[in-house]
Amino acid sequence: MLILTCPYCGVNADETELAPGGEAHLRRAGPDASDAEFEAYMFERRNPCGVHFERWRHAAGCGKWFIAARATDTLEVFATYKAQCTAPPADVIRAIRARRPDWEGWK
Amino acid sequence: MKRYNALAILREGLRLHRGWPRAWASPEPKSEYDVVIVGAGGHGLATAYYLGRNHGITNVAVLEKGWLGGGNTGRNTTIIRSNYLQDPSAAIYEKARALYETMSRDLNLNVMFSPRGVMMLAQTEHEKRGYLRTAEANALQGVETEFISPARVKELVPMINLEGPRYPVLGALWQARGGTARHDAVAWGYARACSDMGMHIIQQCEVTGIERRGGRVSAVNTTRGRIGCGKLALIVAGHSGRLAEMAGFRLPIESVALQAMVSEPIKPMLDVVVMANTVHGYISQSDKGELVIGGGADGYNNYTQRGSFHHIEETVRALCETFPAIGRLRMMRQWGGIVDMTGDRSPILSKTPLPGCYVNCGWGTGGFKAIPGSGWAMAELVANDAPGPLAAPFSLSRFREGRFIDESVAAGVAH
Repeated sequence: MLILTCPYCGVNADETELAPGGEAHLRRAGPDASDAEFEAYMFERRNPCGVHFERWRHAAGCGKWFIAARATDTLEVFATYKAQCTAPPADVIRAIRARRPDWEGWK
Repeated sequence: MKRYNALAILREGLRLHRGWPRAWASPEPKSEYDVVIVGAGGHGLATAYYLGRNHGITNVAVLEKGWLGGGNTGRNTTIIRSNYLQDPSAAIYEKARALYETMSRDLNLNVMFSPRGVMMLAQTEHEKRGYLRTAEANALQGVETEFISPARVKELVPMINLEGPRYPVLGALWQARGGTARHDAVAWGYARACSDMGMHIIQQCEVTGIERRGGRVSAVNTTRGRIGCGKLALIVAGHSGRLAEMAGFRLPIESVALQAMVSEPIKPMLDVVVMANTVHGYISQSDKGELVIGGGADGYNNYTQRGSFHHIEETVRALCETFPAIGRLRMMRQWGGIVDMTGDRSPILSKTPLPGCYVNCGWGTGGFKAIPGSGWAMAELVANDAPGPLAAPFSLSRFREGRFIDESVAAGVAH
C-alpha cells in the first residue's frame, strides 16, 4: 500500500485516499508552439524506471494537489511537496541524492 | 524440428522420452543480423515468426533480458476476444483471434486454444447501451458478437447472481468464438518454429544501448556484446520507454502494474470467460480447475511487478457479489505485470524517429489476445519499411494528428 504524506494537511494518506495525476512539472506549450511541442506536452512522458515526480490529489482528504518524488523501481517515497512550484525544491533534490547518489537529475 | 504427434509420443513413451530434442536452440549471438527484435515475449516471437513465414526473412535474432515468455506473456489471464468498438482495433484483434484458431496446427504445438465464449456483463444502463452499440459495430466489422439477455446469461453461467446488490446484470455482450489459450505455449510454439527457421533466440541478454550510423540504427549493445542489425524492432511492453530513450525518442506511454490471481483448484463450474468491466473482475476457469482472475490496473507509474492490495480487494469483492458461490475459495497465487498504457488505450505499431527502428508497444492490459495479429502486422511493417493495412492506423503520429483509436472511451475501462 502506497502511503504519501499530504504536504498541506500533514495526513499520512494511503493510496485509497488519493487520486494519481500523472507526471509533474510538465510545461504547457504556449500559443505559438509547434504541433510537435504540443504533442510532447500532451502525450510524451519520461516514464522512468527510477526517480519519478508525479502529481497526486488528496481526493478523500483536504482535496489539494501536491507532488510526490517516488522511485518506480522500488516504490520508495523520497518526499512530497506542494504543487505551487515549477521544479522540485532543493531539499527534495537533496533527499533523493542522499538515497540515490548516481541519479542523473530531474531533467 | 522433430514434429509432435501421437505416433512420436507413443514411440518416445516406449524409450523413456530420451529422444526429444530441445524445443529451440540457445546459440551464441552472431555479430550481425538482418533484423534484431528486442523482447522474446509473445509479440516479439510472433513478429519473428511471421517475418520468416510471410516475408522470407530468417536472419533474425530475438533478444530477451530474462527468460522467454517470462514477462506479460506469462502473467496475463489468457483471454482472447475481438469485440472492440473501433474499426482498426476490431481488424487487428479479429485477425489475431482467427490466427489463434489455427495456431496449434500452424506451429505444431498444442496451445490449447479453447473457444469457450467470452461474456462481457452489462451492469449499468450506460454500459448496456455501450455494448448494444458495440454489437452493431461488430456486425459491420464482420466480428461475430451478439447482445444477450439476462436469461441467456443465466443459462450460460448458472452460478451467476443476476440481482447483485450494487450491479445487477442487465445483459451481456457475447462473443461465442472468443476464449482462452495456454499463454506459455503460445510463446514456446513461436520460439520453436522460429528456431526451426534458423533464427536465434538469445535469452539472458539485456540491451544496454542502441548505436546509430549514417542517421539510422546500426547495432545494439547488450550484456552479451555488440550485435549489429539492419533493422531493429523494440517489442518490450512495459519497458518500451527505457529502450525508446536509448534510441533517442520518447513515447506516449506510462508503465503501471496490473494484477491477477488464481484460486485453489475446484471442480468445473464455469465454462466461459466472464468479464465484469464496471467492477473490474475478469474470471475464467483453467483446465486445472483454478479460477483465473484478473483485476484493475493501478493508476500510477510502477516497474516493480507488484500492485496495490486494494485493487485485489475490489476485484474479489465484486466477483463475490456476482458469483456468491466462490465466496469461500482461497486464493493460491497473486502476481503483477508491468503494462504499457497509451493515452487512447490502443497500441502503437510504428516506424520511429530513428530510421530502421520500429516499435510495437502500448498493448496495455490486453496484449495476449493480440499476439498473432500483432506479430503479423509488425512483420509486415518491418519487412516493407511501411505499415500494412492492419498496422497503419496504429502509428505514433496519430497522437500529433489527433487520430486517436479511442478504446478507453469505447470500453470505459482499462482492458
